[in-house]
Amino acid sequence: MSRAVSTRRKAITTAAAWTIGLAIFFPILWTIITSFKTEAEAIASPPSLFNFHWTLENYFAVQERSNYFRHFWNSVVISLGSTLLGLAIAIPAAWSMAFVPTKRTKDVLMWMLSTKMLPPVGVLIPIYLMFRDTGLLDTRIGLVVVLTLINLPIIVWMLFTYFKEIPGEILEASRMDGATLRSEILYVLTPMAVPGIASTLLLNVILAWNEAFWTLNLTAAKAAPLTAFIASYSSPEGLFYAKLSAASTMAIAPILILGWFSQKQLVRGLTFGAVK
Amino acid sequence: MGSIQLKKVEKRFGDVVVIPPLDLEIEDGDFVVFVGPSGCGKSTLLRLIAGLEDVSGGTIEINGKDATSVPPAKRGLAMVFQSYALYPHMSVRKNIAFPLRMAGMSQAEQDAKVNAAAKVLNLGDYIDRRPGQLSGGQRQRVAIGRAIVREPDAFLFDEPLSNLDAALRVNMRLEISELHSTLATTMIYVTHDQVEAMTMADKIVVLQAGHIEQVGSPLELYRSPRNLFVSGFIGSPKMNHITGAEAAKHGATTIGIRPEHIDLSTTEGMWKGVVGVSEHLGSDTFLRVDVGDLGTITVRASGEFAVHRGDTVYLTPQAMHLHRFGPDGLAIR
Repeated sequence: MSRAVSTRRKAITTAAAWTIGLAIFFPILWTIITSFKTEAEAIASPPSLFNFHWTLENYFAVQERSNYFRHFWNSVVISLGSTLLGLAIAIPAAWSMAFVPTKRTKDVLMWMLSTKMLPPVGVLIPIYLMFRDTGLLDTRIGLVVVLTLINLPIIVWMLFTYFKEIPGEILEASRMDGATLRSEILYVLTPMAVPGIASTLLLNVILAWNEAFWTLNLTAAKAAPLTAFIASYSSPEGLFYAKLSAASTMAIAPILILGWFSQKQLVRGLTFGAVK
Repeated sequence: MGSIQLKKVEKRFGDVVVIPPLDLEIEDGDFVVFVGPSGCGKSTLLRLIAGLEDVSGGTIEINGKDATSVPPAKRGLAMVFQSYALYPHMSVRKNIAFPLRMAGMSQAEQDAKVNAAAKVLNLGDYIDRRPGQLSGGQRQRVAIGRAIVREPDAFLFDEPLSNLDAALRVNMRLEISELHSTLATTMIYVTHDQVEAMTMADKIVVLQAGHIEQVGSPLELYRSPRNLFVSGFIGSPKMNHITGAEAAKHGATTIGIRPEHIDLSTTEGMWKGVVGVSEHLGSDTFLRVDVGDLGTITVRASGEFAVHRGDTVYLTPQAMHLHRFGPDGLAIR
């Protein structure tokens, strides 16, 4: 009896999970399908899901009109650069908060998180002006710096929770064994936290890759990443849905593939501490 | 060389005094055990000696030199932790070599020392495994190996056997004692288990609430406990304490008599009582006897003693083993 109930419950949960999953994935699927339509079919009403003339012409058009690889490379440099710089700052910060906490540690962590609640547009003008005056506008360095700062709270928080799980006695043992602070972090803490650091790295690469507000507002041509590449297809001359979809597909494909292969790490990273 | 002197050492966490000013002298080559109930400050005291905690006052001298503000690694002490604290991402070999590597020793020297330690501790078979693949006892050996290679002036053990099962604990206890007689190095050992303290120590330091209650050899503490606390803490099963008129007869506020120092008879004796729970261990029988006004008294009878719940028995304390305590809890000598 109880077995029958549990099977039914299992079927319902599975169905619900698939429904939610498909609902979330649907816009992406729609974008990918649209990218293979002609412009006319893309705006046809009612739209057809699969029954249309499949074409690659949008991809050729997009590649002809703009340099995908330059944007792609900018995205790679900006997302990886900001994540690595962030990690270099966050590892020592999270170490100190996890292993040498003070009365204010919790406050500092909350304060860091609270900066994520600030609407970015609120600081757009000051940052824009600072970037203009320091010549950082439309440079990859500038974007690396700004994205590092944006994602730093999340990196510190994630690392902090991972480090919290590492028994302090092991670090004390290394101190007894003569490890300096540098060797302790380099040879003991970091190798033990590799799974955690890896998922932090992955998540932040994805966040930085998809970041659109700052990348769009602080770049023009030289440092423009893939977000700007997509945006350029929604222009005053009119919307080209099919080409826009093709550009979007090309922009999200690399990160989608990365995410697919690293999903195990990512899930572990996002649920860490909740399940042991 | 491994003499350690604590002079007026104290530790506070904020307003909470964990260890009030305390003096203690540990001589070179001693096996000293800190024993006391949970939260008595014994681990804190060990961590102060190790340098993992800063003292709030007083000085710690190692080999006659002030080491109060010397960092842990420079004190010449090695520590074995309760959780073993092995580096999970390194093989046994690398774990043991870690302190040597940190000291900048050459690879050849490291190998020689690691191999020597592995031989002493029989680690040969699993020297290339990781800690996760080892049993509790093997991990404990690796942790000891990591301490040995440093050739420290003193070893510090923080409840090293409490994560092991009972049989293994007895074995490791013997191994550590064996190690002490081989190396003849000072060892400071923290435990809450008075059996470990009694069997291993040259000198036991009984602590309660950060205070040293008594320092002495295991038999000194057993024979002449300085106060009520020590008398109750050392010895198993614990000493019976009797207050009231019976104690007054002996000119004391409390009298104490150990379960093994009471003669048991079914026909005659000083105190008459009724048997409650009895524990038959084969070699010994422990009886809980309800003696009216005196309360419940634990008695040890050697071998099998055939009585049942509800039987009447007579107890006679052996006068020469009677302990007397005054109103302040101190022994009257």
